[in-house]
Amino acid sequence: MNDNGIKGLLLDEPLIFERSSVGRMGVAPAEFDIPEADPKGLLPAGLLRDRIDGFPEVSEMDAVRHYTRLSQWNFGVDSGFYPLGSCTMKYNPKVNEALCRLPGLSMIHPYEPEELVQGALELMYELEEYLAEISGMDAVTLQPSAGAHGELCGLLMMAAYFKDKGKARTKIIIPDTAHGTNPASSHLAGFKVVPVKSEGKGALSVDAIKAVMDEDTAGLMVTNPNTIGLFEKNIKEIAKVVHSKGGFLYCDGANLNALMGLVNLGSIGVDVIQFNLHKTFSTPHGGGGPGSGPVGVKKALEPFLPAPRVKKSRGKYSLEYDRPKSIGRLKAFYGNFSIMVRAYAYIRRMGGEGLKRASETAILNANYIKERLKDTYHLAYNEPCMHESVFSDKNLLGHGVTTLDVAKRLIDYGFHPPTVYFPLVVHGAIMIEPTETETKETMDRFVEAMKAIAEEARTNPELLKNAPTKTKVRRVDETRAAREPVLRWVKK
Amino acid sequence: MPYIPHTEKDRECLLKAVGAEKIDDLIAVPENARLKGELKLPKGLTEQELTKALKKKAARNSTVEDYASFLGAGAYNHYIPAVVDSVISRSEFYTSYTPYQPEISQGTLQAIFEYQTIVCQLTGMDVANASLYDGASAVAEAALMARRITGRDKVLLSAALHPEYRETVRSYLHGAGNHVSEVMYCTEAGTTLPEALDAALDKDTACLVIQYPNFFGSVEDLKALADAAHAKGALIVAVTNEAVSFGLLASPGSLGADIAVGDNQSFGNTLSYGGPYLGFMATKTEFIRQMPGRIVGETVDRDGKRAFCLTFSTREQHIRRERATSNICTNHGLCALAASVHMVSLGEVGLRRLALLNLSKAEYLKKALANVSGVEVAFSSPTFNEFTIKISKAPEEVLKGLLKKKVMGGLALKRFYPEMNTKEEMDSFVDALSKISG
Repeated sequence: MNDNGIKGLLLDEPLIFERSSVGRMGVAPAEFDIPEADPKGLLPAGLLRDRIDGFPEVSEMDAVRHYTRLSQWNFGVDSGFYPLGSCTMKYNPKVNEALCRLPGLSMIHPYEPEELVQGALELMYELEEYLAEISGMDAVTLQPSAGAHGELCGLLMMAAYFKDKGKARTKIIIPDTAHGTNPASSHLAGFKVVPVKSEGKGALSVDAIKAVMDEDTAGLMVTNPNTIGLFEKNIKEIAKVVHSKGGFLYCDGANLNALMGLVNLGSIGVDVIQFNLHKTFSTPHGGGGPGSGPVGVKKALEPFLPAPRVKKSRGKYSLEYDRPKSIGRLKAFYGNFSIMVRAYAYIRRMGGEGLKRASETAILNANYIKERLKDTYHLAYNEPCMHESVFSDKNLLGHGVTTLDVAKRLIDYGFHPPTVYFPLVVHGAIMIEPTETETKETMDRFVEAMKAIAEEARTNPELLKNAPTKTKVRRVDETRAAREPVLRWVKK
Repeated sequence: MPYIPHTEKDRECLLKAVGAEKIDDLIAVPENARLKGELKLPKGLTEQELTKALKKKAARNSTVEDYASFLGAGAYNHYIPAVVDSVISRSEFYTSYTPYQPEISQGTLQAIFEYQTIVCQLTGMDVANASLYDGASAVAEAALMARRITGRDKVLLSAALHPEYRETVRSYLHGAGNHVSEVMYCTEAGTTLPEALDAALDKDTACLVIQYPNFFGSVEDLKALADAAHAKGALIVAVTNEAVSFGLLASPGSLGADIAVGDNQSFGNTLSYGGPYLGFMATKTEFIRQMPGRIVGETVDRDGKRAFCLTFSTREQHIRRERATSNICTNHGLCALAASVHMVSLGEVGLRRLALLNLSKAEYLKKALANVSGVEVAFSSPTFNEFTIKISKAPEEVLKGLLKKKVMGGLALKRFYPEMNTKEEMDSFVDALSKISG
C-alpha cells in the first residue's frame, strides 16, 4: 500500500465549550424595534432563569472552524465507497439538496391555510401515488419519520384492524434474520413476537410459517429481499398461508433498492410495507437522520392510516382529518416534508425506467463483488444475490483475525467498512451492499483491498489488529465508555 | 441514466464477470413474483427540467415571508443565521451514516456529545440523548419511559399540551393498553388546573405531562405541579416546543422535572411544512438506562487520546430486539447539528437577547391587540412569545379577512406568534384586525 499523501491534516479540536470566552457572541439577534420588556415585571421571579453555566460563547468564525474541523474527521458517501449492507448508501444527488431549500418549499408553516400550500400538498399527493405504484399498494401515508416509525405505524394499523373486526390478535411472526427494529416495533405495538428460523439457504419455508400461523396471529413481518441478500422465493405461498388465517403480510421495505420495476410486492401478497426514503430514494442519512418512513397498505387497511390524509377533489388539495378508524397520529404535522421533497425529486429525475435500471444495477454490482470475493472470504450462502451479499470471517479465524479487524483495516485502505456482525444468523457476518451508483473501478479497488487484507491476515495479522492507524483516533475503547460513562461536558 | 455510472462496456464486463448473459439471468426472483410490464411513472427528467418542475410547485405555496405570519403552535419561524446551512451542507456531515464506526465518525460523535451537553444546560438535566424525531413522539417516548421507571400504567396529560402531541401519545400507547387521561386547564388562567390534578393523580399514575410554556402560550407553574406529582410518587415530564424560551425561563430541571422533552426546531431548523424537526430528551442520571435513543459518550482510543463513541447500546433495538427501550434507530442527527450551530453562534448573551426580543414583541402585540374592540386576551397567566386571544366575530371569517391583507393571523384557536415580525408588521396586523373586528 502506498502511504504517500494518505494521512491528511488531522488536527486536534477541543470541545466547543473549551473554546469559549464569557460574553463573546457570534451572530447577534435582530435589533429591538419595540420597547424592551422587563421580564421581572411580567413573570414571577421563580420562573426566570439564572446564567446558563458553561454555555458555549465563540465568534462566528471560530464556530465555523470548529465544525469544519469536526467534519474532516467524518467519512461520508461523498468521501468514498460506503458499502454498508442494509443501509443503501447510494449517492445523494446535489440537486435534491438545492430543491428542498427553495423558499417556497422550506419557508412554509404547517398551519398555513390549505389554499396557500397547494404546491406542497400536490407534491405529497403525487409522491404517495408514485410510492403506491412502485410497491403495488393501494394507499400510502407519508407521516412516519423513519423506517422504525413506519414499522410501528404499519403494526398499529394491523392491530387496529383486528380490534375493529371484534377480535384482537396478540402475536406476530418474525424470522431470525430480521432487523432489530422489527421485534422492537412489534413489542411497542403490543404484539408478542413469535420467532421462526430461516432454512439452510437463508430462506423462509412455507412449512415453518404454516406451523406457527394461527388465528391469534396478526401476520408475518418479513424483509424481502431478506438480510442475507436473497429474495424469499416462497413469498407467494407464504402469503397464502398468512392470508388463509386472516393475517397480513408486512414487508420491511428496507431492502427495496433491489426490487423497483422488477417486483410488484402488492401482487405477490404483501399487505403493508414501509419505505425508507433515506435508503432507496437517495435522501442523505445525515449522520443518523433525519430519514422518512412512509407506509403503503392494501385497501383493507386504508381506513386505519394515520390522520390527516392528503385528498384531491376537482384539482384542489386538502387535508382530511375526519377519519374515525384511523390509528391517530405518530408525530405532529404531516411528516418529514423536506425529505419527501428530495425523494420526490429523485423519482422524477429517474422516471420508471431509471428506477428499474437502478435496481438492476444494484443487483449487478452486488453480484460482481460477491463473485470476486467468494474465493477469498467465506460466502455465507453461495446463491445469486440481490442488492447485497453476506460473507464471514470463517476463513480467517485460524489466523486469530476477526471480522472487526478486517473492518478496521479497510478504513486504512480508505473505505468505509461494510455492515458487520449482522445478520445475527451468520457468525462474524460481513454484509456488503455496493449500490448502483458505484463505478466498476471503485468496486475493483475495494475488492483488491479486501484481498490484500486477507493476505495480510495470513502474513502479518498485527496490521489488522492495530488498524486503523491513519484515522483521527485509533481503536476506541467502547467498554470504558459504558463502564465509566461521561455523557456530557461539565465545567470544571 | 442519472446517477448510474456504468457504460455499456462496463455493463458487459460486469455481466461477464458474474457469468450472466443478460441482467435478467441474474435476478433471482421466481417468475411468478416478477412485475409484468413497466412502472407507470412519469418519464425521467433532466436536472434542468426537474428544477423547473419543482420551482413551479414551490410557486404554488405562499411562504411566511410572502405574508406577515403570526403562526406558531409547535412550529416557529425564527431567523436562521447563514452559518447554520453552511455547516450542515458539508457533505462529510450529511452524507454519513449513524456513527457505528467511531474511528471515522469522530466529527458526528463529538458534535452530538456537544449537543447533548447543550440540551442538558438548557433543560437543567443530567443527561440527554442524541435526538428523537420530534416533540410529539418525544412526549410519547417519555410517557413510555416513565411507565418503565415507575412500574405504573396511568399517564396524565395536561389538556394544555399541544393537541397533536396528545394524539401522538394516545397512538403510541395504544399497543401498551393505553391508560391515558387528561387534566383540564383553568379557563381563566390558561394553565393546568391544580384542583383537577388532585383528583386525577393517584398511586397508579406513572407521570404527569406538562407543556412549559403550554399550548396557549401560558407559562405553567411547573414547580407546584411537580410537587403535586411527586407527592403521589409520579414523575413529571416537562415538554417545551418553543426552545427559545430556555433563554429566559427557569429550566425544567430546576423546577423538578424528571424527564424534559420537546422540540428544538426553533434553533436552526427550517419550517419545511412541519418536518423534519428535532425531538429532544433529557433526564436524571438515575434514569439513563430507561432512556430511549442513541447516546454518545466520551472515552479514549488505544493511545489514550480523547475519543467519542455510541454507548449504552444494550438499551437499543439492534442488541436488545423486543426488549429494547424503544424501536428508534434513525434519529434526527443533522437537525441536532443545525440546532447546535445556531445556539453556539448565539452564545449565552445572544440566546438571552433573542429570548428577551421574543418576549418584548409578544408583549407589544398583546397590548396593542387588547385595545382592539372585539378582541380580548384569553388568559391571565404570563406568556412567553405566543398567546391566545378571543375575538367576538367568528375566527375563521376574521382569519380570511386578514389573509386578504397579507396577514396569516393564526388558525382557529388563535395562536399568535412574533419575533420575525417587525413592529411595522405587527402594527398593520393590529390595524387590519381593528378594521375587521371593530
